[in-house]
Amino acid sequence: MSDKPKLAMYWASSCGGCEIATLNIHEHILDVDAVFDIAFFPCIADFKVKDVQGYPDGYIDVCLFNGAIRTSENEEMAHLLRQKSKVMVAFGSCAYEGCIPALSNLTTKDATFNTVYLDNPSIDNPDGILPQPVTLVAEGTLTIPVFYHTVKSLDQVVKVDYTIPGCPPEPHQIWAVLEAVVAALTQGAPLPPSGVVGAGSVAVCEECSRKRDVKKIKRFYRPYEVDPDPDICLLEQGIMCMGIATRSGCGALCPQVGMGCRGCYGPVPGVTDQGAKMVSAIASVMDVGKMGEIDEAVLERQIEAVYDSIPDPAGTFYRFSMAHSILRRTRVAGNGHGKE
Amino acid sequence: MSEERIGVYVCHCGSNIASVVDVEDVAVWAKDNLADQGVVVARDYKFMCSSLGQELIQDDIKEQGLDRVVVAACSPHLHERTFRNACDRAGLNPFLCEMVSVREQVSWVHTDKELATQKAKAMIAGGVERVVYHEPLEPLRVPINEATLVVGAGIAGIQAALEIADSGFPVYLVEREPSIGGHMAQFDKTFPTLDCSACILTPKMVDAGQHPNITLLSWSEVERVDGYVGNFTVTIRKKARYVNEDVCTGCGICIEKCPVNVLDTNFEAGLGYRKAVYRPFPQAVPKYPVIDTENCTYFKRGKCKACQIFCPTQPNSIDFEQQDQLLQVPVGNIILATGYDLFDARRIPQYGYGRLANVYTSLEFERLCNAAGPTNGDVVLRDGVTKPEAVGIIHCVGSRDRNYNNYCSVICCMQSLKFAHLVKERTGAEVYNFYIDMRTAYKDYDEFYQKVLEEGTHFVRGRVAEVTDAARQPGEDGKIIVQVEDTFIGKQRRIPVDMVILSSALEPRADSDEVAHKFGIACSANGWFIEKHPKLDPVATMTEGIYIAGCAQGPKDIPSTVAQGAAAAARVLGRIQQKELALEPIRASVIAERCSGCRICNNMCPFNAILFHEDRMVTEINPALCQGCGTCVAACPSGAITGTQFSNEQVLAQIEGLLMFGVNGNLANELVPA
Repeated sequence: MSDKPKLAMYWASSCGGCEIATLNIHEHILDVDAVFDIAFFPCIADFKVKDVQGYPDGYIDVCLFNGAIRTSENEEMAHLLRQKSKVMVAFGSCAYEGCIPALSNLTTKDATFNTVYLDNPSIDNPDGILPQPVTLVAEGTLTIPVFYHTVKSLDQVVKVDYTIPGCPPEPHQIWAVLEAVVAALTQGAPLPPSGVVGAGSVAVCEECSRKRDVKKIKRFYRPYEVDPDPDICLLEQGIMCMGIATRSGCGALCPQVGMGCRGCYGPVPGVTDQGAKMVSAIASVMDVGKMGEIDEAVLERQIEAVYDSIPDPAGTFYRFSMAHSILRRTRVAGNGHGKE
Repeated sequence: MSEERIGVYVCHCGSNIASVVDVEDVAVWAKDNLADQGVVVARDYKFMCSSLGQELIQDDIKEQGLDRVVVAACSPHLHERTFRNACDRAGLNPFLCEMVSVREQVSWVHTDKELATQKAKAMIAGGVERVVYHEPLEPLRVPINEATLVVGAGIAGIQAALEIADSGFPVYLVEREPSIGGHMAQFDKTFPTLDCSACILTPKMVDAGQHPNITLLSWSEVERVDGYVGNFTVTIRKKARYVNEDVCTGCGICIEKCPVNVLDTNFEAGLGYRKAVYRPFPQAVPKYPVIDTENCTYFKRGKCKACQIFCPTQPNSIDFEQQDQLLQVPVGNIILATGYDLFDARRIPQYGYGRLANVYTSLEFERLCNAAGPTNGDVVLRDGVTKPEAVGIIHCVGSRDRNYNNYCSVICCMQSLKFAHLVKERTGAEVYNFYIDMRTAYKDYDEFYQKVLEEGTHFVRGRVAEVTDAARQPGEDGKIIVQVEDTFIGKQRRIPVDMVILSSALEPRADSDEVAHKFGIACSANGWFIEKHPKLDPVATMTEGIYIAGCAQGPKDIPSTVAQGAAAAARVLGRIQQKELALEPIRASVIAERCSGCRICNNMCPFNAILFHEDRMVTEINPALCQGCGTCVAACPSGAITGTQFSNEQVLAQIEGLLMFGVNGNLANELVPA
């Protein structure tokens, strides 16, 4: 290998979208290849874990780690890559804050297994076999990684130097970060301070060209139910848009084409719990009448009606940020439905 | 390891806290378990608020170099100031003190000692985590406007206005009716002394009307209130009278000449008539009449103008083109004395009001026996001539009744005794008072009861079941019969009478919720305005600068009403004399660089302190108007609004602390499995 800086990219519990987004920087990938040696990148090149184990500590200059920590293998790889890397980057929403995998913290491992392996119309498992971490066979003992109860973000298991948010991160943002790293490695430019990079520092609204006014929301609509006005804030039209509670950087891509922001860039700096902030904001602008002006029972029904127009509130408000939520998780002893 | 040096002080509050919470254990626990959070000293004491308790804190601040203090005691409403002052005396910024309410939120609401003790520990852990993020603050100082707004010019409002005006400060006295005087102006005699209501009230009305320091705004209503204590701006709608007050002499010729008679359901309680241009009563203050546009022929059909034709003033006082005026007045304090509404006796159909002609409400009877009333004080039946031979007076109509109002209306017993006396005196009729309990507390009241007893009034203890004209027994023909269980003899009785008077409940004004909202105060479940403290602060409210007096706060008799009017005035005068006001420096502010201009917060400030800059697309909060309520802080989805003393860091730290230890005493983090 040359003495070029070493780059690694690993997927833990993830969908592969982050790798695609990385390759989506188009011809810049040639610049990446020119600057870096690829030290580990299972998606595009054949490396083995023992290769990484063989590297000296800190051998990898930059590790782009995507995917959440769902199994013991994910956690082992996180520790291994942390040990071997100078700069650890939580790349994409799963590594940053749990993303879709972490929604299973709202249920239990047993309930998840039940859905995946037992009680599902597309499953053919007459013997009800579930994955076993340890299996004794004639030839000896077989092991597979342990499936954890709780999905964690990368920063909950190892120290993270930088975070690139997004599901997946936007290619132009990926390239901007890589450019900065390349400049630091090749020209001695200072590295940005650790934390979130490749994103803005205010909410998505800042980048959205829709006209915003004072908000009063009577009910929410699913996108197929309405034909939104192309120029007015989606939230004002009753379309759930997480843009108000989500860090900018994507260019407000979704709301600009009439689809409410999903919230994949995570909370705005200074906010701990994106979902809670969103709930609080939505609750504040519900147009259901005023205390004292209408009967309390009627008021309650109207509030319920607004709630009912939001399908899957937890999945909506915590779609990306469940691992970082102060809600933590549902009780392990429960049945996954919040009840004993 | 925290760098802060925190002292934790756990109060026994006598046995208020200590009987449920193991306070010694809590203090020891805090010292042992919260050392990492910076706790260096934790003590318990019988009464932390006593001077000895406060000295304990002061000494620790000086000797142990404490830079944060957590007091676990009662609600901050009670003693936050006490402990802040203690910190201040020891040289610690008072805002570095945090109170944890282990009395109101723990010992008073729980019975399980072990769980209560654990909850107290969790709450103290929350307080300790939170206090780390407290910042030293300085109070904001603002000047106090010397003017006062008094809303409602019944006897409470008049008393308050006169007290303040006599002290040399300006008052705006706003009354929605054409004349001041309120309910008291409608009464004939007042209990227990039986002095004439008008005779004692009208001099005060005249004083209020002529006082150089009182701007009287009758036929006016408050539209909106902006600002805050010391610096309110009140918008008042001065409704069109169609009479020019600058030229009208109050001669009354217009009233005399007006051809329209209107049933007066307001002042005369439906027993008498007034004209379409009218003064509610001869001694009305101000003297200027009002045109009732709903009944005036000119307003209905475009002709008549009799009042204008006969008006002797030059220029003519009648102005059909007059418009409502909106006035804006700056005031420093506001007294709400908006009074009560009478319970609508039609809601109890079995008592026959509205169906049986000779069933009267208490207010109707007041007009009936009033010398200036429709019958000149003759107590007669609806036919206008027949004197009743027997009269039934029913107490607690709509009060102390689960179907209507649970509360006691306070004045009904004495009022009913007064009616019994007046009926006896004017007609010599047999009088039956139907009561549940006789409540004649206060000076000279029970003596009055004894006197009415001696006069031969019959007292029947029992709730009346029905008032009917269906005769069933000899002697009931042509009478109204009161069916009642006499609980002293345990028998049902049917008592035939000619007239029934219903001592109706006092109820909050129909619009009391709306008024409360307008002035930023709260109503109880019954609808009465809530005072700051039921015993120790009966005329202040939770909103600084807004005071309440009279029946708006709850049913009461005239002496208590007058006392409250004066008390509210004294509180206001105390405020004005301070010249300057120290406001809690608890305010929300926008971190401009974090604001994306999403406008979630824009419509929710109850104090109108939020301003949106269209050009820069950012929101700003006016610190002078902000009251630190936190509504916008919670609403802001970007964390761009922060509240001093309620920052996101403080609130989240408090939650962290609360959840730090699980119910089994283990660190809660350990409860989350891999």
